[in-house]
Amino acid sequence: MANSTLTKQRSEALGSTVALKSAMAVTGVILVLFLIAHMYGNLNVFAGQQAFDDYSHHLRELGEPMLPHGGFLWIMRVVLLASVLVHAYAAAVLWRRAGRARPVRYQVTKRVQRSYSSYTMRYGGILIALFVVFHVLHLTTNTIHPGGASDSPYERMVAGFQPEFWYVTLFYVASVVAVGLHLRHGIWSALTTLGANRQSRQRSLNIIATVIAAALTVGFLLTPLSVTLGLVE
Amino acid sequence: MNITLRVWRQKGPDDKGRMVTYKVEDVSPDMSFLEMLDVLNEKLTLEGEEPVAFDHDCREGICGACGVVIDGEAHGPETTTTCQLHMRSFSDGDTITVEPWRAKAFPVIKDLVVDRGSFDRIVQAGGYISAPTGTAPDAHAMPVPKADADRAFDAATCIGCGACVAACPNASGMLFTAAKVTHLGMLPQGQPEREARVVQMVNQHDEEDFGGCTNIGECAAVCPKGIPLDTISQLNRDLLGALTSSRAE
Repeated sequence: MANSTLTKQRSEALGSTVALKSAMAVTGVILVLFLIAHMYGNLNVFAGQQAFDDYSHHLRELGEPMLPHGGFLWIMRVVLLASVLVHAYAAAVLWRRAGRARPVRYQVTKRVQRSYSSYTMRYGGILIALFVVFHVLHLTTNTIHPGGASDSPYERMVAGFQPEFWYVTLFYVASVVAVGLHLRHGIWSALTTLGANRQSRQRSLNIIATVIAAALTVGFLLTPLSVTLGLVE
Repeated sequence: MNITLRVWRQKGPDDKGRMVTYKVEDVSPDMSFLEMLDVLNEKLTLEGEEPVAFDHDCREGICGACGVVIDGEAHGPETTTTCQLHMRSFSDGDTITVEPWRAKAFPVIKDLVVDRGSFDRIVQAGGYISAPTGTAPDAHAMPVPKADADRAFDAATCIGCGACVAACPNASGMLFTAAKVTHLGMLPQGQPEREARVVQMVNQHDEEDFGGCTNIGECAAVCPKGIPLDTISQLNRDLLGALTSSRAE
């Protein structure tokens, strides 16, 4: 029956909802691994200006002499940008599909067991995307520089999170919390999509997702809040 | 008990439809939800009005025909089918909102009745095995590990009621599809078509305009048969395996 067309069916399935979700899961895992490394870099702030600026400088030297100066960083940037684009594209396609799949909405809706974090995945994702643009303009390119531009990453950061720029800190805090919520459901969802979910493992998967999300949220909040509260100068 | 019902009325597939409020008096707490609707329909018939159309068949929770969204929950506040839901789950004086399953893949035929033919087409796409005809084989001719048999059986209890789709924020039919894929994929008899099955069923699922699964879990939470969410993970694993498989067809 359909056996003769399996090749065609297979290529059709490459664009299926399940394949799109798998692409989101794989790119999501890449981005989570990046966040863990990024958080480790941020926490160098507590070792002082020298350590923080050195860390940032060493990122450019990583892989030398096998890679050119800044080579590793550019590979990372390309991989990350590609991951973000694939992740966002798949999310947009699935979001549109979900909208089309229920043209008439319910008059009464009730949450049975779904978590707040699963509820905010899409809107949270948009907030995070906007935040990433601002964050790169702020601390990477230093195009936006509350408190003044500087060649020292440490100074850029300390200047940007001073109490008089409380709105910058507030935006960071809101965005980091959004990242935490996104990861709480995202990690669980990615592992399920990639086939790791079994009934006997669901408790562990939930714990893994919650622990990673909470650790990253706290880790990323420590740096800007310490500056705003005057613990790091 | 006296109940106020807000029910979706829609004359036919092309009618726009609207919510209509009815009072139902002297409802016994021991009535099932469908019996309460029967009482309402008797009253409407006597008054010369069109009764509310709803799907039902066995009324003992095994056929999957009945199913409406009650106060925002598929099959109402208990984890069972609508026919097995009793009025004692509500309080005297309650206002209850009753809506049909809402999904593009489940178009409304009339009032609370939807066409779930999309489920049948997903099953047609791959929910079968190749079996030789003739005498039945010996019961123990093909050993099946107990855990696999149990899992296949659990998945096979799906009655195709569609509550998973109704409850899903994406209107995805993935739990249904995963139940079928798991049911057949766990057993030796289901192996020859295993790869083709998952590919064809997922394609058909998407073709029917169901949404994509985002692993939220509302489907499994409302499923009257307790189909576990991890069947979806198994379907994903099977599909990724089939897509990377080098098997020639």
